[in-house]
Amino acid sequence: MKIHIKGGRLIDPKSGVDAKKDVYITAGKIVAIGEAPSGYSANRVIDAAGLVVCPGLVDLAARLREPGFEYLATLESEMEAAIAGGVTSLACPPDTDPPLDEPGLVEMLKFRAKNLNQARVYPVGALTQGLKGKHLTEMAELVDAGCIAFSQADAPFADTQVFYHALQYAATFGFAVWLRPQDPALARHGVAHDGQIATRFGLPAIPVCAETVALSTILILARETGARVHLMRLSSAEGVEMVRQAKREKLSITCDIAVHHAHLTEMDIGYFESNSRLDPPLRSQRDRDALRAALADGTVDALCSDHTPVDEDAKQLPFAEAEPGATGLELLLPLTLKWAGETKTALVPALARISSEAARVLGIDAGHLTIGHAADICIFDPERLWKVEPAALKSQGKNTPYIGLELKGRARYTLVDGQVVYESK
Amino acid sequence: MWLNPTNPQLDRKGRLHHLLTLEGLPAEILWQILDTAKSFLGTKVKKVPLLRGKSVFNLFFEPSTRTRTTFEIAAKRLSADVINLNIAVSSQSKGESLLDTVDNLSAMHADMFIVRHGESGAPHFIARHVAADIHVINAGDGRHSHPTQGLLDMYTIRHYKKDFSNLRVAIVGDVLHSRVARSQIHALTTLGCPEIRVIGPKTLLPANVEQLGVHVHHDMRQGLKDVDVVTMLRLQNERMQGALLPSAQEFYKFYGLTGDKLALAKPDAIVLHPGPMNRGVEIDSSVADGKQSVILPQVTFGIAIRMAVMSIMAGNK
Repeated sequence: MKIHIKGGRLIDPKSGVDAKKDVYITAGKIVAIGEAPSGYSANRVIDAAGLVVCPGLVDLAARLREPGFEYLATLESEMEAAIAGGVTSLACPPDTDPPLDEPGLVEMLKFRAKNLNQARVYPVGALTQGLKGKHLTEMAELVDAGCIAFSQADAPFADTQVFYHALQYAATFGFAVWLRPQDPALARHGVAHDGQIATRFGLPAIPVCAETVALSTILILARETGARVHLMRLSSAEGVEMVRQAKREKLSITCDIAVHHAHLTEMDIGYFESNSRLDPPLRSQRDRDALRAALADGTVDALCSDHTPVDEDAKQLPFAEAEPGATGLELLLPLTLKWAGETKTALVPALARISSEAARVLGIDAGHLTIGHAADICIFDPERLWKVEPAALKSQGKNTPYIGLELKGRARYTLVDGQVVYESK
Repeated sequence: MWLNPTNPQLDRKGRLHHLLTLEGLPAEILWQILDTAKSFLGTKVKKVPLLRGKSVFNLFFEPSTRTRTTFEIAAKRLSADVINLNIAVSSQSKGESLLDTVDNLSAMHADMFIVRHGESGAPHFIARHVAADIHVINAGDGRHSHPTQGLLDMYTIRHYKKDFSNLRVAIVGDVLHSRVARSQIHALTTLGCPEIRVIGPKTLLPANVEQLGVHVHHDMRQGLKDVDVVTMLRLQNERMQGALLPSAQEFYKFYGLTGDKLALAKPDAIVLHPGPMNRGVEIDSSVADGKQSVILPQVTFGIAIRMAVMSIMAGNK
């Protein structure tokens, strides 16, 4: 199969290219960019005039809810959502039921995902058995099965010693450890940022120190053990400042934020809107602005969707009782474009946060457009306005603070391995 | 009934449709409620037909005796049919969702829901989901709001002090967990009270509470100096189980209202308490039963306030 993507604006953040160039694909690989190879005759020509042609997006946090939570979402529904969102590679956290703590589970997930022939799935293995925070998993076996990193998801360690040993062991073999900085005791019972909304509405609060106390432990142990640490979903100004300092002293850490947190603040809770119940909580405008600044200066390496499909019934509850999380795979691109537009960030560095930089965090060969490499490509219309409605979302999760709002930018074609796996009308 | 998009309590004409919180309610509506309550207290007629044929459902997801009873008396004096539902021990324990409960009760042709719930925001949630002609009155939700209590406190203050525009009011104790404190603060700022003080240890004050328009004091003697009104908040026993306070005794020592501390307030200062009181924890018996205490009149005024709220809403068709 030969595909010629014609007349599009090609953006490849890794090489910094932003120019009108054609892409030529043969047998799943990019064979030429710009000029056609001699004698090239395409089976299919995609007219990309007015569209942006960029690497398939890479998402660092997408809960697929399999195994165990198929009533919330299935691999089928969420992989459909991924490609409809232009996402061709995604990491899924281990907080399934059972958690991804055995090679067989990981192999099954990879196998099922591969058979769907849509986005590539990169499981993040459980760092401890059953995510109970006590005993280490067989990390080497899990890596052989396809895990690209290890995490506790949102589950706590039994104590700091287990945490310390887990980092030491992972560092021995160079495995990456992904950690969500939140002190479980300081966040206990909390549902909202410890700010003016929690104070006015009388909502149990999660203070910023829940993040910074956990971060300081993580940073000290990362320095001590030399482990490769990725920090997931930072939420506060103080938190990103600590990461900035740690990066300055060349600590081997990376970090991401959820795309919602680049936009929303505690004020978006409105009148107890449970779709705005997120984890970490939406914080103050000052925090939001600091997260944006950290994205701009590279302290935050990547934006992720933090895709969390939640059952309708679990959101139809008073704010504090509602389950946290929002659907995100299909909103990652438009919300990244919205951030870029509002902060006057050029498309090259903006798209880097959801492609090449995210791939660098994952340690995979993806997120770039290079001759001789797999043709994972997202072709999107940057001007297309669409309304976020339940019916417009492929994901089984319809829960998002953006429901009913209009966003700009939507994938028109998604290619994985040179195959058009998604095409919108 | 089209609700106002910027304030879910008001209809499109800006009139009271639900009473969920005192925050954001225009002063005119607060005055209207206070004036209406006064007219009920002034009349000798025990029963008026303003809610005849209407069904008022008391939906209490959390146990309460005083608030539920006063709502019931108020509704009956307005000639409404009152149905008491103690949901805490019925449908919720059978696993029925809040939404299903509300749908079922709506189908029974309710006109008004009086809601008490343990989670902040639950009455907002219910108000969003009921049929357009049903009114929702918040009878206390989590730590968020207890608007009729706030209103009866305003009635009490107005009754004894006449005017809000030159008052100093102190609110003492567990502000963090108190829906009464939040309701009082919003009502007092709306009615023009120039100085509100909150007094308590740092563990019992919410973050940035100053943003609500109050002054923070940790020293009760300093905080009570020259105030006209003292509101003592109830301290729940469970606060002693965590690490918020060492003991009821130590709390009493620093933040309990005793005669000598009250002496620092103005000589004619009044003492309010939303009840039920913990004598010897937040308030000394000699003060609770003393001549500056207006705790029992608060209860009487509470019935009139609830009659006023219900009759105003029923009239806003």
